[in-house]
Amino acid sequence: MSLREANLEVKVVVETPLLDENEKGPWPSTVTEIKKTGYEGLLQIYELAFKDRVTHWAHGGMVGYPGYDAGVIGRMSDRHDILRDCHTLRLIEPAGWFYKTDALRKMCDIWDKYGSGLMNFHGATGDIQLIGVPTDNIIPAFNELAKEHWDLGGSGGDFRTASCCIGPARCENAMIDTLDIYQTLMTDPNNLDAMHRPRWPYKFKLKISGCPTDCNAGVARADFVLIGIWRDDMKVDQDEVKKYADGGLDIGYIASRCPGRAMEWDGETLTIDNDNCMRCMYCINKMPKALRPGDDRGATILLGGRARGRYGAFLGWPLIPFMKLEAPYENVQELIDTLTEWWDENGRTKERMGETIYRIGTGKMLVETGLKPNPTMVRAPRNNPFWFYLPGEVEE
Amino acid sequence: MPMDELDFGPPDYKDMLPDYISKNYGKWKCHELLEPGVFKHVSETGDEVYTVRTGAPKFIASQTVREICDIADEYCGGCVRFTAKHSIEFMTPEKDNVEKIKEAVGKLGLPVGGTGNAMHSIVTCTGWVHCHTPATDSPGIAKAVYDELLPYFQRDDLPARVNIAVSGCLNMCGAVHCSDIALLGMHRVPPKVNDDVVSTACEVPSLIAACPTYAIKPKMLKQEDGTMKKSIQIDAPKCMYCGICYGICPGVPLADAKNDGVSVWVGGKVSSTRGGPAFSRLVIPFLPNNAPRWPEVVDTVKKIVDVWAAEAKPDERMGEWIERIGWKAFFDKMGFEFTEKHVDDYIFSVRDMNWGARLKGTELK
Repeated sequence: MSLREANLEVKVVVETPLLDENEKGPWPSTVTEIKKTGYEGLLQIYELAFKDRVTHWAHGGMVGYPGYDAGVIGRMSDRHDILRDCHTLRLIEPAGWFYKTDALRKMCDIWDKYGSGLMNFHGATGDIQLIGVPTDNIIPAFNELAKEHWDLGGSGGDFRTASCCIGPARCENAMIDTLDIYQTLMTDPNNLDAMHRPRWPYKFKLKISGCPTDCNAGVARADFVLIGIWRDDMKVDQDEVKKYADGGLDIGYIASRCPGRAMEWDGETLTIDNDNCMRCMYCINKMPKALRPGDDRGATILLGGRARGRYGAFLGWPLIPFMKLEAPYENVQELIDTLTEWWDENGRTKERMGETIYRIGTGKMLVETGLKPNPTMVRAPRNNPFWFYLPGEVEE
Repeated sequence: MPMDELDFGPPDYKDMLPDYISKNYGKWKCHELLEPGVFKHVSETGDEVYTVRTGAPKFIASQTVREICDIADEYCGGCVRFTAKHSIEFMTPEKDNVEKIKEAVGKLGLPVGGTGNAMHSIVTCTGWVHCHTPATDSPGIAKAVYDELLPYFQRDDLPARVNIAVSGCLNMCGAVHCSDIALLGMHRVPPKVNDDVVSTACEVPSLIAACPTYAIKPKMLKQEDGTMKKSIQIDAPKCMYCGICYGICPGVPLADAKNDGVSVWVGGKVSSTRGGPAFSRLVIPFLPNNAPRWPEVVDTVKKIVDVWAAEAKPDERMGEWIERIGWKAFFDKMGFEFTEKHVDDYIFSVRDMNWGARLKGTELK
């Protein structure tokens, strides 16, 4: 009998008045979904949190699958009389988050057999999260998941599961093959070793977006971001522009909001000043039938994004404005290795890459890694006259 | 499993793509929004693919996943896509299937929408469902906000898109720092040190090193048998309740039923369009943790969206609208109080001050 069948059979009548109140209303509810799994313990712990207005989850100790030091998030409740161990399995998602239903059904069967049956597509990092597995079931659950080619993802101070946008699979603006880059990097043995055997100061997140619209939110969330970009001229189909205008689109207004002031619209013809176009995607997104990115495509590499932290939140800044990408993307891998090695050497506990760079100094990082400074890294050059000279730069 | 069979990585995406996607991979020409929640993508091969996007709860039961698979088997060639924001995308090459998919997902209770100039799906962390650090329950708040703002999810005639995110604590797994409206669970008191747990389960030096404000100091306790026990003490005035220490040591829990609550932030944006990415900014430092429906939080979000929707110009995201009218006007229109908590006094504060004497008319009233 699967764990889920057992859970559904031992139908304890659990009173959850507060969760029931949250469940009301038109939007589909997480509470309903937990009820469907029959996982009464989880429901009771959740209800208790609503009642007491504090969480009833605690650290889950060191749990995992032999050979892996990541991918299983230990979690125990502080009410062992209700539910004790209830861990999470993180699985590496398929590129672009496409799923064949037979693969999903098999995953559901395995998860019902060994776990709670509660799932999350997807966690903030992008991986699949299977919520609620007892300690004893971790090994058999992953044994079967692995047979279906679902590997554990990242957790702790490691190479976190990367993620990529839908890219060329269903988007006309993908300027890099986000899915293929993801697949290549995520099947690289060294990267997988860095993912499954955490040894870095903190997490390292990598996200791949096909264009600067950045549907994958890489700028805000990842230490290392690839963003598809073009460097030749944007393609303009004047007939289609006219059709948008005839259809009531205010092209003059769009031109007035162009951040590079690179658009001119005289009512008949749209002129783009490609040298000043900032490739921000605003006009292309407004007129997808009329405007297309150019053909000389590559990626901008951004560095250092993260949410709150020791020095505040950071957003990614351009380390390399333009890089040509071709399978097997050795130049990207080389860059990742250079940066993670430097960070591993210099980073403090719980310090993301951007923070280490900020603390030690971007200039020092560039010198030590051999990467080149360029004016696109900054809004403006420094305005204060205090800086260091390294030994050897001045005469003794 | 033997060691050499570990580390195999994700399944090959090529095995997960349906024919109508594989055939047109990299050949897409353009797309349009047909109605809220429904896209049409056109390929250079002449093929068309229709996508119906629905919202979903953060957590779904395997039973629901199977029901989703049933729909995908019937209309989508056995393929379905879950997005990064807990939305579900049903794709089909047949235009006639669009209405059928809409009907089928309707029966499952999944609302169609969240595309274009709409309220998009709310990103949340796991909250009280399954996390040890949150100050509030993100899925519960998201549900209450969704119920109130559902019409904004189902229409796409707002000035621009609205991205709402909810995080239970400052770890920000819900990525709230760049959202149009961000709801962030806040602890407001320092961790309570449990010496027994700290001394047995934690590595004291790394715990001390993890504190961003250097508020943690070592402490030695003399035990009854005369031996010393290692623990830590917290310099309360230096602690800003970030919870980083609790992330690495179970002996310093922060949750506090009386003092935990929700803060509200607005004006953030991720994409590089127009003015580029921007951080969310604080507008309300504290709202009570009023489970199970968080009425104060819901009313606040509704008010912010309503005023913005009525006053912003086309393509003006929340932050762009505020940039045009100024923060003084924003606080006035919303009726929110501007307090000393709104002025940054942490490390980045220098950049936030408004240099020069350039004040709008509304700012002088």
